[in-house]
Amino acid sequence: MVEITIRKRPRTEAVVTQHKFLKKTARGKVIKVLRERYLRDDVACGIQGCPVCDMPAEDVLPVAGDKEHPMFPNGHFILPDTNVFLSQMDLIESSLFTPPIILLQTVIEEVRHRSLPLYNRLKALTKMDDKRVWVFYNEYRSETAIVREEDETPNDRNDRGIRSATSWYSAHITLAHPPVRGRVSEKVPTIVLLTEDAANREKAERSGISAISVRNYVNKMKNATQLLDLLSATGTNELEPTRASSGGRAALYSDYLSTSTLLAGIKSGILHQGHFNANQYNYLEGSVSVAAFDKSVLLVGRENMNRAVDGDVVVVEIFDEKEWRASTNEVVDQDATLKNDDAEASGDDGEELDTNSLVDEESKLVRNGAKTVGTERQPTGRIVGIIKRNWRAYVCHIDSTSLSTATSTSLALQTVFATPVSRLLPRIRLRTRQAPILLGQKILVTIDRWDAHSRYPEGHFVRALGKAETKEAEQESLLLEFDVPYRPFGKAILDCLPKEGDQWVVPLKQDVSKEWRDREDLRELIICSIDPPNCQDIDDALHARQLPNGNIEAGVHIADVSHFVLPDNPMDSEAASRGTTVYLVDKRIDMLPSLLGTNLCSLRPFVERLAFSAIWEMTPTAEIVNVRFTKSVIASKAAFTYAEAQTRKDDPNLNDPLTQSIRLLNTLALKLKEKRMAAGALNLASPEVKIHLDSSESSEPIDVEQKELHETNSLVEEFMLLANISVARKIQDTFPQTAVLRRHLPPPKANFEKLQDILQKRKGMTLDVSSSGTLAASLDKCVDPAEPAFNTLVRIMATRCMLSAEYFCSGSVGRETFGHYGLASPIYTHFTSPIRRYADVLAHRQLAASIGYTPLHATLHSKSHVERILDVVNRRHRMAQMAGRASVEFYVGLALKGRGEREKKDGQGHVRESAFVIRTFRNGLGVFVSKLGIEGLVMFKRDTQFDPDNYTITVPGAGGDVHIAVFDKIVVDIEVEKDKNTQRGKINMTLVEPVDSRAL
Amino acid sequence: MGSRVEILNEGGFRSDGRRQFELRDMTIDLSQRGIADGSALITHGLTQVLVSVFGPREAKMRSQTIHDRANINVEVSVAAFSTGERRKRSRGDKRILEIASTIKSTFEPVVQTNLYPRSQIDVFVQVLQQDGGVLQACINGTTLALINSGIPMLDFVCAVTGGVHSTSPMLDLTLLEENDIPNVTVAMMPKTGKIALVTMETRLHVDRFKEIFRLVSDAGKVIHGEMKSAVLSRSTSLVTAMGSGPRTRGGDLEERDVDDQMNNY
Repeated sequence: MVEITIRKRPRTEAVVTQHKFLKKTARGKVIKVLRERYLRDDVACGIQGCPVCDMPAEDVLPVAGDKEHPMFPNGHFILPDTNVFLSQMDLIESSLFTPPIILLQTVIEEVRHRSLPLYNRLKALTKMDDKRVWVFYNEYRSETAIVREEDETPNDRNDRGIRSATSWYSAHITLAHPPVRGRVSEKVPTIVLLTEDAANREKAERSGISAISVRNYVNKMKNATQLLDLLSATGTNELEPTRASSGGRAALYSDYLSTSTLLAGIKSGILHQGHFNANQYNYLEGSVSVAAFDKSVLLVGRENMNRAVDGDVVVVEIFDEKEWRASTNEVVDQDATLKNDDAEASGDDGEELDTNSLVDEESKLVRNGAKTVGTERQPTGRIVGIIKRNWRAYVCHIDSTSLSTATSTSLALQTVFATPVSRLLPRIRLRTRQAPILLGQKILVTIDRWDAHSRYPEGHFVRALGKAETKEAEQESLLLEFDVPYRPFGKAILDCLPKEGDQWVVPLKQDVSKEWRDREDLRELIICSIDPPNCQDIDDALHARQLPNGNIEAGVHIADVSHFVLPDNPMDSEAASRGTTVYLVDKRIDMLPSLLGTNLCSLRPFVERLAFSAIWEMTPTAEIVNVRFTKSVIASKAAFTYAEAQTRKDDPNLNDPLTQSIRLLNTLALKLKEKRMAAGALNLASPEVKIHLDSSESSEPIDVEQKELHETNSLVEEFMLLANISVARKIQDTFPQTAVLRRHLPPPKANFEKLQDILQKRKGMTLDVSSSGTLAASLDKCVDPAEPAFNTLVRIMATRCMLSAEYFCSGSVGRETFGHYGLASPIYTHFTSPIRRYADVLAHRQLAASIGYTPLHATLHSKSHVERILDVVNRRHRMAQMAGRASVEFYVGLALKGRGEREKKDGQGHVRESAFVIRTFRNGLGVFVSKLGIEGLVMFKRDTQFDPDNYTITVPGAGGDVHIAVFDKIVVDIEVEKDKNTQRGKINMTLVEPVDSRAL
Repeated sequence: MGSRVEILNEGGFRSDGRRQFELRDMTIDLSQRGIADGSALITHGLTQVLVSVFGPREAKMRSQTIHDRANINVEVSVAAFSTGERRKRSRGDKRILEIASTIKSTFEPVVQTNLYPRSQIDVFVQVLQQDGGVLQACINGTTLALINSGIPMLDFVCAVTGGVHSTSPMLDLTLLEENDIPNVTVAMMPKTGKIALVTMETRLHVDRFKEIFRLVSDAGKVIHGEMKSAVLSRSTSLVTAMGSGPRTRGGDLEERDVDDQMNNY
């Protein structure tokens, strides 16, 4: 039994413990709030073995502090104030920054009020294994709790609180080091208040606390050069007063409106709020999709984009309708246009000439756009405010031309440009002492601010990822760019694994063992798994057998991950935050520790494994008679690859039960597929290619080819779909409020307009998008007999018009929006891959509860909790897809480079492939090379005749003008070239047929 | 998006500095008030309730008399200034009537009404300040006021509120916590361990209920100790004042102090 006590509070304390404030509600009413707090003396100080606080001797702050810093030879602890965390989080997070940190509750709360993302990083920091952070709840400790005085701002109050906590610690620490008679008295470590606020420092010094600014502190550290770069630009203000005081220079951008004006404007409908999307082809253009217009709002030119960065939530003002215009349809490359811009000067009033010519050039580009006003005018406007910045750390290269000295020994502070890998982002200005060393490396940079008088945002260096084009650097940059958590699993997480480790086996079947409780023994069944080659995480297996009554029993057995991953433990929360396993070409970032993924939960052959089975009885025409779900123990009899299963099925000489079972499954799958197609399921396509690696060690790609599909692929797919649908029905029945489901909303008709128009004009084909069935039918008709790949191309383009599928909680949306458009199923979920998707783990838990195996954990009863988890999982899922694609792209690039070099030796010199035109620009073509699964741009230096209505451009050729239109087949030379300045690899395409574009 | 205040932070502290199983400060004043036969002013943290008991006396209305036992009449009024937002509640307010009837049905089996047939016991409950746990304060106050007025009861009735934040249970919720997490109020009789009232207006998972119910019942015993010592010290001081109580030197002084303290109100 826990000890229940009454917290007594002397009446005299009321002044300190009661806290009265006035609050304005959303309706504008002012109410008075009275709160109390209980001050206590048992809030621990966290110093190892402290005799007063009764601290244990491990896992806390070391007793002597940190003795590495030369300014504090007696050892020290640092106690940073709020601003340090708000502006210098990268520094604190760095693994080089090791002093023990005392984190005050006041500071945590202030950070929480100012910025939730930073608060979350701070929370993660306190849990990091290699950091020594102790959270001290100073507001609850009687000596350190303070009350806001009259005429004191909340800020001043917090600062005073931080100071009083510091002095308490200084006094307290002498108690932890009691003088022992007969021994030289120990040196007492110093508590160092870390603050950027000069006034605060002064006050602290006056009351005898040692205080220091972050910069001064870091300056004296051992690895100062690396750490100084991590300091954010806001911290440099006081060092360079000239910069701050030069406010007189001309602002390049208009100021943002105040928040209240923005909110009022949005409410009254004058202004509109939305996400800013940069245009990847033209850096001077962006768009914002807002609710008020069907088409997204176009923003043209730097001034109108007004310092927005891709992903920000912005507020736009719409121009008069006569100023509306169409997108320029032009490719404008930032690197090419701005290559002469000087990092030091841009934005400063120093070199007027340069800047002016640049502005001229840009405005010419913008005006060019105005000329080609087509019929497709879009609402046009400008950004007047930012609701929320979505800045994160970006992977960049340093632009070599922006360096003033390139001697690698130079440690001079210089301003350079960092060019982000993503084309959607502007260049970032960066001040660093390590510029020559960082050249040619991939580095991580965060944006700190973007002032109205600075052309580019200012940022600071976070860390180097390694040399560009090395596998490690590229891989890590990919993971960072797509925000994939890739740290190794911590101790707390690994502790949740079974103690037996890889010795774990299913215990003998006895009544006493908990594994066997309510589990069916399916070890005798002839079960096999079919997966891609080299698959290690086998999460599904199948079986089928003839029943005496003429029906067929088919079963899908899924690894019972929820048996090992229990709700609400560290492993579960880690898996929830990872959301999914990420597959890169040469690496897999697991959602669960590999012991589970590739061993205990992997349904390997000839081993007993725990499974969750869905078993149907079906008629020979694949009608479901009934379905049941059960936890089970299985022993798979074989693990096939798709190809192996295929040959086995097709071999007439084989008639063993395993082969028969595959044949049985196959006949059922064919019928299931037929039914699904009849119901209007879509057969979509995405460019999928396979990378051949030389050997597993070198992972040098040799070649790229398109993925081959076997009949058995579709066999597995059909049964997985069936299992998912059956499970979705079951959990939705049992938990109508919180079932974890997956849906695919029907795409808005407007998405297809452009594709329909192109198809109509170029090929005379129509696309009926009124339902998924009609779309599937009309896609089938889009066939060009001369060009078998054409149909795939149309399917790829149609797929891009659609929305992406998402997880949702059944209680949060209307019943009529549950449907899965692509699969034409009224209800769907993910159940079949719990090793690599977290949503499946939740579905497993809900299914287990719905068959009465275990009670449902309390968190899965809460709609808001499920929604919150699924939001994360959806985002991770999207990011994982993009990361996977980017990884393939990188390897295709490598393979192309290798092939190009080989062919150069053979004397040909180029990789030549046929491609389809998928988009036309005023000065270029967007092409798709189906054989390699890549998209690229062909640019023309000279202007061409561009007919946007017919999607045609006319280029002069040797034998007269040549028309090139969308869907035309052309031949391109592909080469990978490196940008000389930034070392950023880039796929370059030139047109070979029908005309040679090198001359253009 | 929930409130910006953390209900239970990672150090195990609640928003007001208590830990999970700590009850708020509790003060009890049993001094004489006006012509009431017994009264009690009780505070749980910032929640304050004044209960006055009149009776047993002849019923005002004939229709309300019951021939074999006394009728308990509970009237609750909530002061307009008791919440942050000023709000007048009329007597007929459904919410208030519900509290009143809950109190009435809680005490009917505990008070030995059969000793006073055809009479009436009036309980007037005034809520002066609210900060969570109003019902709990009303019930505890009523128990003390009834005892103070000398009405025979089978046992104390001690009420405590408990809630569950995610999976961690906590006791004696403030208004902030009450608004945020599922909670249950339990009134128990410490001597027999019987439960006089369980009421819950939010949804709580059935697996959690057992745990929280046990915990709240245990907390009732702690409250009982507090109430009992308040009653004892009040009685001792009265007895001393009449000059017939047991006299021990130290105790005398101490008790007088307590009494003085109470007169200060």
